[in-house]
Amino acid sequence: MRAGALPRLLISPSALLVLVCVYGFIAFTFYLSFTPSTLMPQYEWAGAVSYTRLLSLENWSVSLSNLQVFAGMYILCALALGLGLAILIDQKIRAESAFRSIFLYPMALSFIVTGTAWKWLLDPGVGLERTVHSLGWEGFSFSWIKDSDLAIYCVVIAAVWQTAGFVMAMFLAGLRGVDTEQINAARVDGAKAWQIYLRIVIPQLGPVFVSAFVILAHMAVKSYDLVIALTNGGPGRSTWLPSVFMYQYSFTRNEMAVGAASSVLMLLAIAAVVLPYLYSEMKKVKHGG
Amino acid sequence: MFLMPVYVMVVNSLKPLDEIRSGNLMSLPLTWTLEPWRTAWSTAQIGVQPTGLKPYFINSFLLVVPSVVISTLIGALNGYILTQYRFRGAHLLFAAMLFSVFIPYQIVLIPMAKTLGVLGLAGTVKGLVFVNVVYGIGFTTLFFRNYYDAFPGELIRSARMDGAGFFGVWCRILLPNSTPIIVVTVIWQFTNIWNEFLFGASFSDYSSYPLTVALNNLVNSSTGVKEYNVHFAGAFIAALPTLVVYLMSGKYFVRGLMAGSVKG
Repeated sequence: MRAGALPRLLISPSALLVLVCVYGFIAFTFYLSFTPSTLMPQYEWAGAVSYTRLLSLENWSVSLSNLQVFAGMYILCALALGLGLAILIDQKIRAESAFRSIFLYPMALSFIVTGTAWKWLLDPGVGLERTVHSLGWEGFSFSWIKDSDLAIYCVVIAAVWQTAGFVMAMFLAGLRGVDTEQINAARVDGAKAWQIYLRIVIPQLGPVFVSAFVILAHMAVKSYDLVIALTNGGPGRSTWLPSVFMYQYSFTRNEMAVGAASSVLMLLAIAAVVLPYLYSEMKKVKHGG
Repeated sequence: MFLMPVYVMVVNSLKPLDEIRSGNLMSLPLTWTLEPWRTAWSTAQIGVQPTGLKPYFINSFLLVVPSVVISTLIGALNGYILTQYRFRGAHLLFAAMLFSVFIPYQIVLIPMAKTLGVLGLAGTVKGLVFVNVVYGIGFTTLFFRNYYDAFPGELIRSARMDGAGFFGVWCRILLPNSTPIIVVTVIWQFTNIWNEFLFGASFSDYSSYPLTVALNNLVNSSTGVKEYNVHFAGAFIAALPTLVVYLMSGKYFVRGLMAGSVKG
């Protein structure tokens, strides 16, 4: 039905809010990144000064290389573990729903809670290391969280723990949609279970891999809460991510333009991954897929 | 392996502090005590006053309930309009809402802080409700649009024949059949907004902190002796509402997550 006045009127507040608070604000931040803003926003044009300053800052390059390590390891481990758990649960094991619940419940927790719990687990003074020592293995050492080269992997561990169940749920839905005829045919031909998964099932999960990758990648770039609760960016700046950098420069170091510039780059990074994905999904919708 | 962090939280929140320091995290308490829970709830120092987490727990509820209700209603309305009515730019509008789900919130922090200041909502729970509603529209519209898209069109057409108007169709046909998607949306929005941290940390002050921000302050800025048992109790208090929702509605929760995994 063609929309009359009433539907148009009723959807316009949402449209306006999204237009102003999402796209208007993005434009505002974009403009700010070309001004000399420090503590307060200023509006005269300064060109790309803050971008050249941003790219020359060591704090930024450290944040970027931390993000590379974090995003790479996080996406890889979450995909692998999620797929592994999904295949495990797909074996028609007993108490399937109990296992599913156990793997999924971390998703219900906030990153602040997750960070707090793992902070103490990974702390050599109170957590795992002490526990293993008290069991009699004195030489055991696990102090990654205090080590500036390894602390970022602690963030990976906690983040994977939190989201692996979610990835599992996506893969599980994908597994249940796999064409069973081919599998039965392969089984008749005497193929082993792992061969069936490797040759027939996993290749069919392509779209799920893409969706999971897009979601994990955008979560990796956005990650903020977990780092704050787990390591607060430390030791030193070894777990700084662009999100931590943005907050620091915008709100505590009074370099608003540099902070704005960093958030523009974050948005561009996410858009590069998400836009092609959304574009292809929207095309499917248009063609009634 | 997956249960360990929560086991550790619970077990250690029931121990006296010196038992944590002398024993290990995995062992059950020798002396069971509820003292850390009491401290975390009502006397721990978070703001200027030693109020415990209680006022912040209340803040979180005052924030979450209206945010969830408003954003779910808006989503249902938008989903209805976007699937049942045609107008120019509808596709573009939906695409714009969809992309807003993915933006890093860092990009809107500075202008939003200014806007809340202008509106006189800075540092208030109301301001946070506004922010969470605005950035929840994308999610809720997506959920309802996808659900209504698969809704049998004959039902709606025959209701229109019978003379049902805009609200008639919505209230008598669509909403009564929307229970599954309403549950999913409410659970999704409840967990997201309850667990939200960045907006809370940026736009609130001591009087309006949500629980996540208060917990982080408790754990990270307490001076002197680290009261691990109190921190564990606090973390568990913060986790409790979403865990309860999750346990009560596990099946729907899974479905909600699946819907969240975006099918355009």
